[in-house]
Amino acid sequence: MTSPDKETAGGNAVEISGLHKSFGTNEVLRGIDFHVAAGEVVCVIGPSGSGKSTLLRCVNLLEEPSAGTIRVVGADVTDREVDIDAVRRRIGMVFQSFNLFPHLTALGNVMIAQRKVLKRDKAEAERVARENLERVGLADKVSSYPAQLSGGQQQRVAIARALAMGPEVMLFDEPTSALDPELVGDVLGVMRGLAETGMTMLVVTHEMSFAQEVADRVVFMDGGVVVEEGPPARVIGDPAHERTRTFLSRVLDPAAARVGEGE
Amino acid sequence: MTAEPIGTAASGGMSRRRRRQLSLGGQYGLFVVVLVVVVALADWGTLRLNFANWEVAKSLFPDIITIGLRNTAVYTAVGFGIGLGGGLIVALMRLSSVPPYRWFATGYIEIFRGLPLLLIFIFVGVGVPLAFPGTNIPGGAAGQAGLALGLAATAYMAETIRAGIEAVPKGQLEAARSLGMSHGRAMRSIIIPQAFRIIIPPLTNELVLLCKDSSLVLFLGITLEQRELTKFGRDLAGEQGNTTPIIVAGICYLLITIPLSLLARRLEARQRRGQR
Repeated sequence: MTSPDKETAGGNAVEISGLHKSFGTNEVLRGIDFHVAAGEVVCVIGPSGSGKSTLLRCVNLLEEPSAGTIRVVGADVTDREVDIDAVRRRIGMVFQSFNLFPHLTALGNVMIAQRKVLKRDKAEAERVARENLERVGLADKVSSYPAQLSGGQQQRVAIARALAMGPEVMLFDEPTSALDPELVGDVLGVMRGLAETGMTMLVVTHEMSFAQEVADRVVFMDGGVVVEEGPPARVIGDPAHERTRTFLSRVLDPAAARVGEGE
Repeated sequence: MTAEPIGTAASGGMSRRRRRQLSLGGQYGLFVVVLVVVVALADWGTLRLNFANWEVAKSLFPDIITIGLRNTAVYTAVGFGIGLGGGLIVALMRLSSVPPYRWFATGYIEIFRGLPLLLIFIFVGVGVPLAFPGTNIPGGAAGQAGLALGLAATAYMAETIRAGIEAVPKGQLEAARSLGMSHGRAMRSIIIPQAFRIIIPPLTNELVLLCKDSSLVLFLGITLEQRELTKFGRDLAGEQGNTTPIIVAGICYLLITIPLSLLARRLEARQRRGQR
């Protein structure tokens, strides 16, 4: 597998400063500053509506920021002159709803962007595709169509599809939120393996145990701002802010939170 | 059943099931009576001579196939080809972010959907040669008929294709773009192939409509060799003073349209199964 580009190693893969994003009059992001170092795994947690998915989608410009700058793998994606397609080639994105191409097989899904964007020849694209499908544990599903795969399998194909482009950064937008509970483990397993290879990862997730175990740093967002960030042991284990504690108590032990509210 | 059936008392001792049986029986009875009356009253000899005259029918072959059916197929195919290409272009203009493209597409669709197809045929066959003396629409009658059909089909298919493109989930475009595809590349490789799978059933229906509408070529000046099924049937019915040619021409249409309709229904069913 292609290792992360050394050009960015040691520097920051993602640098965000003064990021604002509004949808109409609704200000979703109210000034975000943070970075992801090359090779780092950062998990973004927070209540729904806190703007974490929007933040992620701004990084590869699926949402256009209202203000602020975002530098990814050395390119300023907020600069109108930048070739965004060229930058996106170096950023892998995994969606909550998988978004596999239903008219293509698993192999076809992993091959198409290699063929059309990277202009790899068919044999090379197929070799890379098979390699990546094997890596996510789906070597036997190459000729299955998305509708024939379980949610967990579809999401792993989606990860293989992103990896086949040889990205320098991987973005994960709640990758396990649409999965049946018993399928979550497979996807998290693949992501854990990916983190071990030194891939730079920015992960929006509700899986606290994954964040605790895999993340180098956890960012807690609420109300469109970063409330606190730091090593998982501190942010999840011993949060400094009341909002973080409230959120964590609800996520980690919903039953206890309800009992607490009832009293 | 342990519970008392509801409504037993209200319907005067007659159960719902019994009433349904009676109603069904009545309808079948009526059907049989009508059938008997028709069979008894019809003059079968005259009917057979006029509508299913074997001698007349035999005299139609092979020309009704080699000229009539063939030309119907050719005019339909040319019209469908123009409509498909034109429809895709107009649909993309309709969805464009450039306002003048959208204005043109909307105008085109509204105009050509609002006009009778016959008027378009007369416009292409009579109006264009009058307006631009010396112009020749390439392909002769096939070109004229195909163009007239294509102009109208473009408007209908543009709306169908647009609906197909809009039916592809937004996440598909996002996934394609986030892999580094340009907007155009994503449309060509990801969105349009899916849109066409969605609209294959309505497009097949459009093909059936075009096949039938190709009969309007009757109103263009065409040579004997250019006659399609309807004109062929009408001409021979006149020559021979018999209705059989029209019946045979009708059967020829059904030979094309019924299999196409069945195909459309099957594709639709398959599609519904394929979606989760």
